[in-house]
Amino acid sequence: MNKVLINFAHPAKSHSKINNALRKSAEQLDGVTFNDLYASYPDFMIDIKREQKLCEEHDVIIFQYPLYWYSTPSIMKEWLDLVLEHGWAYGSSGNALENKLFILAITAGGDDSSYKRDGFNYFSIKEITSPYCAMTKLCKMQWMPPFTVLGMHRGLPEEQIILHAEDYRRTIIALRDGALDIEKAKESKYLNSDLDAVIGRFE
Amino acid sequence: MEFFLLQLFIFLIAAAIAVPIAKRLGLGSVLGYLIAGIIIGPFGFSLIGDVEQVMHFTEFGVVMMLFLVGLELKPSMLWKMRTPIVGMGGIQVILSSIIIGGIALIFLPWQQALAVGVILSLSSTAIILQTLKEKGLMNTPSGRSIFSVLLFQDLAVIPILALLPLLATLTISETTHSEAAFFDIASLPGYLQIIVTLLAVFIVFFLGKFGSRPIFRAIAKTKVREIFVAAALALVVGISLLMTAVGLSPALGTFLAGVVLADSEYRHELESDIEPFKGLLLGIFFISVGASLNFLLISEKIILIVAITAVLILFKWIVLISTAFIFKMKKNERSIFAISLAQGGEFAFVLFQLTRTDGVLPNSIIEPLISAVAISMFLAPLLFNLHEKANTRKNYEEQVSDEPDEIEMRKHKVILAGFGRLGTDIGRFLIASGVKPVILDNDAANVEVLRKYGFKVYYGDITRLDLLEAAGANEAELLIVTMGDIEISRKLITLAKKHYPNLKIIVNASDRLSVYKLMDIGVDKIRRESFGSALELGRDALKTLGVDPYGAYRMMRIFRKHDEAMMPELYKQFREDEKEGYISLYQRQMLYLEELIQLDINMGFDDVDKAWTAKSPQK
Repeated sequence: MNKVLINFAHPAKSHSKINNALRKSAEQLDGVTFNDLYASYPDFMIDIKREQKLCEEHDVIIFQYPLYWYSTPSIMKEWLDLVLEHGWAYGSSGNALENKLFILAITAGGDDSSYKRDGFNYFSIKEITSPYCAMTKLCKMQWMPPFTVLGMHRGLPEEQIILHAEDYRRTIIALRDGALDIEKAKESKYLNSDLDAVIGRFE
Repeated sequence: MEFFLLQLFIFLIAAAIAVPIAKRLGLGSVLGYLIAGIIIGPFGFSLIGDVEQVMHFTEFGVVMMLFLVGLELKPSMLWKMRTPIVGMGGIQVILSSIIIGGIALIFLPWQQALAVGVILSLSSTAIILQTLKEKGLMNTPSGRSIFSVLLFQDLAVIPILALLPLLATLTISETTHSEAAFFDIASLPGYLQIIVTLLAVFIVFFLGKFGSRPIFRAIAKTKVREIFVAAALALVVGISLLMTAVGLSPALGTFLAGVVLADSEYRHELESDIEPFKGLLLGIFFISVGASLNFLLISEKIILIVAITAVLILFKWIVLISTAFIFKMKKNERSIFAISLAQGGEFAFVLFQLTRTDGVLPNSIIEPLISAVAISMFLAPLLFNLHEKANTRKNYEEQVSDEPDEIEMRKHKVILAGFGRLGTDIGRFLIASGVKPVILDNDAANVEVLRKYGFKVYYGDITRLDLLEAAGANEAELLIVTMGDIEISRKLITLAKKHYPNLKIIVNASDRLSVYKLMDIGVDKIRRESFGSALELGRDALKTLGVDPYGAYRMMRIFRKHDEAMMPELYKQFREDEKEGYISLYQRQMLYLEELIQLDINMGFDDVDKAWTAKSPQK
């Protein structure tokens, strides 16, 4: 059984139905550690040792956050800047994260159709998340396409939110139990594009 | 009595007139005193009587000065300086003695030449240290080198004193052996002399190390200030007497006592108590040096004396600059080191006197030499000024910022006034951050406990200017005021602002009214002592009630900003209402509280709500 760490970064949780739903669906699961960064470090004084230890103790590292200005909420940038130390995360002797799965779980306002060349946002989610893909490679981790929930500005109906939350829960359970076909999943656009295709029936 | 007072009056008034003028002309106080001396001396208005007597008495100022210098030097620091003291000092004294003695050998028999050489190798501790202090150069690398040499010279006086009688070739005119007041060590056999001498040094050491604290504490408890002054003076005078009795230099003895007491919490109190006496005595000493210039003799033998002076300064300078090269001093340090020490010293007056009584040198040789020494001492501050003019001010500043490692030696940059609960935590925080504040507290018991835990805490009345001075307010960057009593805080701040306009001040205030009182005297960095914890408790309360921690944190920050933003307006209103004066302070405070709460309610936390509510750009 893999251990799953969810680092959650949302500065205004009360405004986000979808993130609360995703959170609720996953945080109580066995083998899952839910780490609310804004709650732990309201003054941004990130405890580097604690965060590194959490990473070391888990096999799958998920960052769950809303897409702000094509990037992350500020505390997540602070986290990356501080926690991913040379000699620990990268560099010739920095192997602490080697082979761990690194997955983003993003919620964003625009529709899927807006994240392409002729769309409103011009860039695709893949392009927008490329810095984290590069970071994953430097830290010798495995990059997966992000778990993506789009179209928030449209206002997701309640049923949709429940479906997304259920998908999130399924994905995490599969990651935990090693039931996710990693090689296949790497090929898909988003991790949750077609869950039935990547999650094996042998669980 | 009347005569004494008249003499005293003449000395003091001469100093009071000459020193400010000299300072205004940029000459420094030492030159001012010397000129005052010449003016009131036998070749000026001839206003004073027995100059030599006065000079002898006021030499005690040098003793006090060394005590004060010792107070600023910790034993560990002194040990660190052992190489420059022995090395630089040794080379300077020996080389100068040999070269000056060698020149004298052309004219004099070897015994006399040797005596002249060793005596003239010494420089003027009084003039140099005073000048260095005035220019703020004591804690620079060159200042420390200069001080090392001076310290070695003070040590060298002891063997020189022993050497001189051995060089006697003349028949002794009169036996005015410097008789001891209560005890003559010379009557003891040799080995006992050494034991007694060592014993005396140990007494000073143990008294300073262990005896002084309980005594000073007991005295401090009486809260009678002059008794502390009396005790401090008694300490210095007593040690001088003891040292003289065993044949050691009193200056050296008090220096040792100073070093031993450098770690004591009463250090600043002692410093500020002795300082005025030292200043006055040294001032009068310098005046008497000026007055002792024998212009009759100088005009008679003008060429000889000018030549001796020139040779003295030149060759000492050569030896010093060579010493500086040997010890690889930096360029700007070299020149200041050499120029500072190139003169005769006040010890020369004493030692030449001794050579006269011991029959080493005849009067005809001593007189022009003493004149030359006095002239060289007169020229010393002038040369110093010329050197300073020639070199830009920048040089010194570079020098000061040169050595980040030796912070210990340099003045502390922060003064923390008050070491109660609040001061303790600030002090802990600063010390943990690598800032070592000078901590002042007026509660002696408090000071005692805190020192046990390794804090640098000093006892004294915080609102006294001399204590501030002794704590280094002149060089400090920042004064932190943490006392609970607003009136004491105000007194201290007013004093500090007046005398140290460059000192930055941050203050703790116990309540809103205190804040206003501080704003009255133009302080702008004020913290209310319970406001911070009130906000933190408020944040804890919100968190406990289930508010998101980051939200609670931001609300706390926003509220703090709101509160601080209201302060100037409320202050203005408070002072205006006060002018009207028709309601009591208590009533007004109630009104303000009501108003305050109304403002708080209206404030709302819009910022919290608005944040991160992204809208679709298409709408």
